[in-house]
Amino acid sequence: MDRMVVIPGDLLSKEAKRSGEGTFVKDGMVYSLLYGLANFKDKINVIPLAGKYVPSSGDSIIGVVKDVTFSNWIIDINSPYDGLLHVSEYPKRIESDEMSKVLRIGTSIMTRVKDVDSTMKVELTLNDRKLGVLKTGRVIEISHTRVPRLIGKGGSMISMLKRELNCNIFVGQNGRIWINGSAEDMDLALKIILLIEKEAHTSGLTDRVIDYLKQEKRARS
Amino acid sequence: MGENDANITFFKDGLRLDGRRADELRPLKIEVGILARADGSCYIEMGGNKVIAAVYGPREVHPRHLQEVTRAIVRYRYNMASFSVEERKRPGPDRRSYELSKVSREALEPVILTSYFPRSVIDVFVEVLQADAGTRTAGINAASVALADAGIPMKSMISSCAAGKVGGQLVLDPMKEEDNYGEADMPIAMTPDGRITLLQMDGHMTREELKTALDMAMGGCRQVYEVQRKALIDKYNQMEAEIIPDQEQPQEAEVL
Repeated sequence: MDRMVVIPGDLLSKEAKRSGEGTFVKDGMVYSLLYGLANFKDKINVIPLAGKYVPSSGDSIIGVVKDVTFSNWIIDINSPYDGLLHVSEYPKRIESDEMSKVLRIGTSIMTRVKDVDSTMKVELTLNDRKLGVLKTGRVIEISHTRVPRLIGKGGSMISMLKRELNCNIFVGQNGRIWINGSAEDMDLALKIILLIEKEAHTSGLTDRVIDYLKQEKRARS
Repeated sequence: MGENDANITFFKDGLRLDGRRADELRPLKIEVGILARADGSCYIEMGGNKVIAAVYGPREVHPRHLQEVTRAIVRYRYNMASFSVEERKRPGPDRRSYELSKVSREALEPVILTSYFPRSVIDVFVEVLQADAGTRTAGINAASVALADAGIPMKSMISSCAAGKVGGQLVLDPMKEEDNYGEADMPIAMTPDGRITLLQMDGHMTREELKTALDMAMGGCRQVYEVQRKALIDKYNQMEAEIIPDQEQPQEAEVL
């Protein structure tokens, strides 16, 4: 098995060049920085079991408007840091006094991280056709460390879910997920996503999810 | 340190009052992830000590003026419950708990990668529920496990343990009677590769005794480390084991 539970400070390899995410190099040896699962490939990556979302440039995320200032919306992005959405990053031109009418406090938005500087000032944008305000559907929150499993290898898990569940699903890198469909479909989607969150770090997850889906569908019909 | 009273004996047939050898730790039990609201948590029993540690963060710093632009700050609060000792302790921070908070924070800070989270804070809360000498070492051990559980990047774990001198003899991990009536108590904290991040001493020892006591305490820390490590790894294995038997049920349903 090329997966292993590790704790901070565990020696992973004696080849410094295999150091990947969640590791550090000391005296030419690779050690783990985190409590999580080590993946031994060309590079050794340690995937944490917990932790906070730290925004990085290019991430697609879901945020909630927290406050409106003179020229920025302050967005809660499920992270230690707040996001800033400048008026000029809204697709239409907006006057400063109109801002709280366009995006009110509590509005959920699908947004992208435009830039993050070294002091962790997070600039967001809505300037893309894929981005925008979430008017229908539901938003649920899971740990951001589970997001890769929910998406699956090359998007396999998420595209399967979209197909089987009859729902439109968008997974934000910050662990917020938007689902849109009929109330029944959304209930099932919610159950499945929480199941994936709970069992994210186990092997054979996709098969278990498919079984669970079949079972639920049979119960419904 | 109390005077070495003539009518106190610390050893019987070469064993200590609680039946331990001089270089033996008290029973150690660690549980990980016991609090649902905290980002990371740990419960530890070191002999008669019962301590809970909770980690929150990285999160926004309040009050704002404490924040550092280039790194996360670490706040550590050591607190004793009023019922943790024989005579009711007056609740709230006092000089002792301020000192212990400071030295414990400084014991953990060197391994935490604070530069990963500028302008944020990592809060560590340590609550002593029952005290029996060596609460700071128990607190540091629990905090280190709770930090790992919270997914905070660290260069290594920190393990902590005390050595002391009672009745003229060096002992590992003194309990309450030995701490109260012994000649010296020396808590240390270190990384598994032997780098010391905390070293305090109360009482008197000769230079040679100090060297031996340090070796003993370091040996104790290594034993603590193994238990910390096992607790974290067991937590994951348990999580996985809980899921796999669940898996059998839907298959049985299909057969029916």
